[in-house]
Amino acid sequence: MAKLRDNYETSLWARFLRWMKSGSKGLERSMIRALEEEAEPSQHSEAEQLALEKAREEREMQDHERERAIQERLHLWSKTRGARLMTFAYRLAAVVICLAVIFVLLSSVSMLPEFGRSDNPANNEVAARYIEKGIEETGAVNIVGGMILNYRAFDTLGESHVLFVAACAVMMLLRLRLDKDGRPTREKLDAEADDRKYEPHNDVILQKVSSLIVPCLLLFGIYVVFNGHLSAGGGFSGGAIMGAALILYVNAHGLTRAGRQPLFGFKVFKYITFGALAFYSLAKGYSFFMGANHLDSHIPLGTPGNILSAELILPLNIAVGAVVAWTMYSFYVLFRKGDF
Amino acid sequence: MDFLSMMLLAFILICALIVCLTRNLLTSIIILMSQSLAMSVIWILLESPDLAITEAAVGAGVTSLLFFVTLKKIHAIEGDSKDGKAER
Repeated sequence: MAKLRDNYETSLWARFLRWMKSGSKGLERSMIRALEEEAEPSQHSEAEQLALEKAREEREMQDHERERAIQERLHLWSKTRGARLMTFAYRLAAVVICLAVIFVLLSSVSMLPEFGRSDNPANNEVAARYIEKGIEETGAVNIVGGMILNYRAFDTLGESHVLFVAACAVMMLLRLRLDKDGRPTREKLDAEADDRKYEPHNDVILQKVSSLIVPCLLLFGIYVVFNGHLSAGGGFSGGAIMGAALILYVNAHGLTRAGRQPLFGFKVFKYITFGALAFYSLAKGYSFFMGANHLDSHIPLGTPGNILSAELILPLNIAVGAVVAWTMYSFYVLFRKGDF
Repeated sequence: MDFLSMMLLAFILICALIVCLTRNLLTSIIILMSQSLAMSVIWILLESPDLAITEAAVGAGVTSLLFFVTLKKIHAIEGDSKDGKAER
């Protein structure tokens, strides 16, 4: 212990204690003292000092120049060879990632069961039941319509709400509102002027052709919607056709002219979308509630093949079609101008 | 698999490649449209007319229209309104 006592002042523990007591000052002071002790022996004459300073300056200059040369070389490298190296690395990484993804996808595809085998998991009793008892239970001749609006109506409800939510999101992002006093804002006026510049300028050919085509398209869309339970199609496809017809009309005749008709207004869009979704939810909720409690829903099934049959499928198709058509149209208008 | 569906599948593959590789956005949208149309014909050959109608209306019609409008908004299409006579 006595041995340690001798150099206690310089031991690590003592230094730590001193540092603790005086903050970092103690250490600094000791460092300054050490530096002073070092500097003491170099007390030369003025000429020697000047020479020393000169030498130091030269050394600094040399260091500086060396540093700059290194930096320049680095800069040059990053511009020529480095850039080439990075591009190569990027391309290599792209190729490797691409190949890895292809490998994963192909290997998982190769693990799938063979297409069309009888003992595949897809060919289970659910599909068999749909095919055997579909017409009897849903009353829909079009088995796809019966499936998506009767057996799996909950899915379709979610899908229509997804469309509604998408329309809401587009409106939140893109709709330009009036300011507090009810006057149009500067942005809105700018957008309208911009839109007027890009609008088709009374294109006679487009207008004549569209006045021939739009009624046919609308009629076809309505036919597809109303025959969703009898033939191919249904709410989604018919609604998309109707939406395309509305968009064509607006494109040919211009938003200002079409906007005067109530069919193309924001109010109609609001009420139709809300009404259709609310009707869908209420009707299907009623049907689910009654079905889950083993009660009779009192909605006649009708004879399969008639237009008024298949209990709720026809009204639900109409609701979905209306939602889809007006959502498509509102997407177009919001993307183009920011308001109706 | 018969000849027609093979042709259509090859067409779809080529279209998908060209859509990725073209520089012009307008061209790639139009090619995407034609790819969608070929796809709807394939749906008919696979005996699902429901999907064919939806693909033709949504994929070829409405989606491309939205793309066009977006391109117009970001001024990626050079319109023909440079000649002042068309302006109202």
